Amino acid sequence: MSAPSVEMRGVTKRFARALANDRVDFTAGAGEVHALVGENGAGKSTLMRILYGSMAPDAGEIRVLGHRGRFRNPSAAIAAGVGMVHQHFMLIGPMTVAENILLGEEPTRFGLLTPAAALEEIRTLSTGHYLDVDPTARIADLGVGEQQRVEILKVLFRGARVVILDEPTAVLAPQECSGLFRILRGLRDRGATVILITHRLEEVREVADRVTVMRGGRVIATHAVGDITARELAREMVGREVATIAPRDESPAGNEVLRLDEVCSLNDRGLPALDHVSLQLRAGQIVGVAGVEGNGQRELAEIAAGLRSITSGTVRVAGRDMGGARRRDFIDRGVSFIPEDRLDRGLVGDFTLAANLALRRHRRPPFRRGAALDPKAIADAARRLIASHDIRPPAPFAPARSFSGGNQQKAIVARELGDSPRLLIAAHPTRGVDVGAIEFIHERLLDARDRGSAVLLISAELPELLALSDRIVVLYRGRIVTEFKRGEASAELLGEWMLGGGGADA
Amino acid sequence: MLESSRRGELIIGGAIVAGGILSTLAIGSVCIVIAGADPIRVYARLISETLFAPYGLGQTLFKATPLIFAGLAVAIPFRAGLFNIGAEGQLYLGAFSAAWVAGLLHPLPGFVIVAGAVLAAFAGGALWGGVAGVMKSRFGAHEVITTIMLNFVAIALTGYLVVHYLAVPETIHTATISEGAWLPRLSDIWPSLRGSSANIALFLAVAVAGVVLWGLWRSALGYEIRAVGLGARAAEAGGIRPGRTHLLALTLGGGLAGLVGVNEVLGYRHYFEANFSDGLGFMGIAVALLGRNHPVGVVLAAVLFGALSHGGLVVSDLVPKEIIGILQGVVILMILAGRTVSRRVRIARRKRAIGSAL
Repeated sequence: MSAPSVEMRGVTKRFARALANDRVDFTAGAGEVHALVGENGAGKSTLMRILYGSMAPDAGEIRVLGHRGRFRNPSAAIAAGVGMVHQHFMLIGPMTVAENILLGEEPTRFGLLTPAAALEEIRTLSTGHYLDVDPTARIADLGVGEQQRVEILKVLFRGARVVILDEPTAVLAPQECSGLFRILRGLRDRGATVILITHRLEEVREVADRVTVMRGGRVIATHAVGDITARELAREMVGREVATIAPRDESPAGNEVLRLDEVCSLNDRGLPALDHVSLQLRAGQIVGVAGVEGNGQRELAEIAAGLRSITSGTVRVAGRDMGGARRRDFIDRGVSFIPEDRLDRGLVGDFTLAANLALRRHRRPPFRRGAALDPKAIADAARRLIASHDIRPPAPFAPARSFSGGNQQKAIVARELGDSPRLLIAAHPTRGVDVGAIEFIHERLLDARDRGSAVLLISAELPELLALSDRIVVLYRGRIVTEFKRGEASAELLGEWMLGGGGADA
Repeated sequence: MLESSRRGELIIGGAIVAGGILSTLAIGSVCIVIAGADPIRVYARLISETLFAPYGLGQTLFKATPLIFAGLAVAIPFRAGLFNIGAEGQLYLGAFSAAWVAGLLHPLPGFVIVAGAVLAAFAGGALWGGVAGVMKSRFGAHEVITTIMLNFVAIALTGYLVVHYLAVPETIHTATISEGAWLPRLSDIWPSLRGSSANIALFLAVAVAGVVLWGLWRSALGYEIRAVGLGARAAEAGGIRPGRTHLLALTLGGGLAGLVGVNEVLGYRHYFEANFSDGLGFMGIAVALLGRNHPVGVVLAAVLFGALSHGGLVVSDLVPKEIIGILQGVVILMILAGRTVSRRVRIARRKRAIGSAL
């Protein structure tokens, strides 16, 4: 590590009611990967937005790459060599990868686009960094993980020397993570400063050189990664001891709740996504689905929830063939769904929290009376769920969009588990939420199982799958390639199968 | 109770409208001076003759009546996330159906004809809206394109049917409907409005706006329409079918546009005439835009446009009538600009609020 390329001193940012950053000192050097950890609301994102020029501090000194003072706006930051990969992607769906990357600095000659050279550069960057992105693919056709790789590519393409990543691994599969870490290390070795906002402590240990812990708007400490254990970091983050996921005993499995026989389906691009998948779920059972993103998990979740049609095979819920059934029929059979993208499938962002908590059950009493909705019943139910799920702030009539990611997710969990579903499809239920909320959601899933719900748990978090699942299946290229009983699987084994290499010598 | 508190927004909204109207008057006075007239005199007459003189007020309300229907016809699909550019065609179908059914029921008592014609007006418009709705939900055809195209079809189709089958010889309109089915004029209730064509279709329009208000924010269907408009994929995961909701919203919107026929046929002309509308349906887009796709806003915006529309006549001896057209355009621009500014302020505030929640 050499001279600091990012130096922030006494940075303070006050919002109407709270100090988001309270005299924060933060330094990151050229040639280091610096992790910034803390719970949701600790002030990490605010600090990075100030650094990136998208927010103005109330006080404090900033020096970046020899540039004194804050950036007026992100364009100034980008021009000075600071790039940021946001959690919510800033990509235009109908345009190609290359068009998105070139947006704003299109290569032209005599006013005409000359994309060929740029395209080549993007290809080189992409392969050189193991990003493996096809520059001619349409963004809308890409999975979340692939879209994020495009965002990273965009930043690299603009020659950033300070790269800020806001929870980049929240959407990545394990080996995509190691691919990302390889890129980050490569950037570091070439003298870049990488600032990594994350919730995952094992990542800090794996990729970071130093780590800064924030809590309640303040910097608690900065450590060299070798000097501190994950447990100590966790304690600094939350200010208390964190329980790791406590495995619960297997519950006795009940009646068959979900049965897929030889199911095939297509993805949004019309390509085969599921290839003769057969799967069975019983009441009181959690079945985990492991797999690298884009191997059919999303389609499997949507099929089981009633949101995607199949091309062949049968889907049965509690014994009834759901051929030709719509989402409403699945709902009527007691199928709940926690989608992978909160604001896309989970919540109507501009609806109030209360209106969102009524979604899916809004057609039934007590929410509905005749043609009318009962606002009082909806508000009362919302207040109950807000209290029982500790959704903060407890504001039933605030727009759902205004809540933090963790609280949005708690709201979805509250809604989907509120009426003891027969079957819950949980797609990445803890993606991008803080440690406290993760624990809470895990407890809820196990409670639901113990009360007799069947849970199909799709997750990129192998520890989560291993701790919660009674069985784990691995999806690879749209097929279930193997299945483990509880206790038989390990992260290494799963990883092998997820990459298509499992059972080679079995 | 389902929405966050709107009182603050209402006050801001009112201030924006007031500011928009005032700045429109300021810009308009420049135009009036250029046209060689005295702005104070023009405005004084404009305001007194459209809002404070009984006859003028009646004419303002008469012109506002179809605009309320047309504005609602745009507002409901908009709440479902759709642009209904087809109110013009839908109201032609509605008015034609009203006149046709009134003709069929001619010998029957007036109230039977009225009931039949009102239903027919709604059904005709709903059919036309529904065609666009089916094309949208079944085939994914964009509603902007289909509704624009269906306008041409509707105007040509009703014109053809009238001229070839239903017209009184030497005219392009149908026979006059039974006098028993003529809607009472407001002047029958308030004699001072004598001479004005305002009729009780106005009450129907206001009542329908009330039903739409209730429906959008209190009914299960309204909840679904707004859910689809604000987040179709989340709504779908909640068991709402976006395609079906789109179809319903366009059908309902078309039906309300069709009710323009109640004012035009039962309340005013007493027959259907080819090419009668002259863009009422397109004015409905401006009314919905200005009224923020909210039923109360639509009623107020319709009255404003009604006043301007009648105002063109009362000042025609002082200034060219095009001045009023300019005012209509400018007032839309001013109010939209005011909203943009206030939205920026609000977003900045919200950013601070979100920050404090972090």
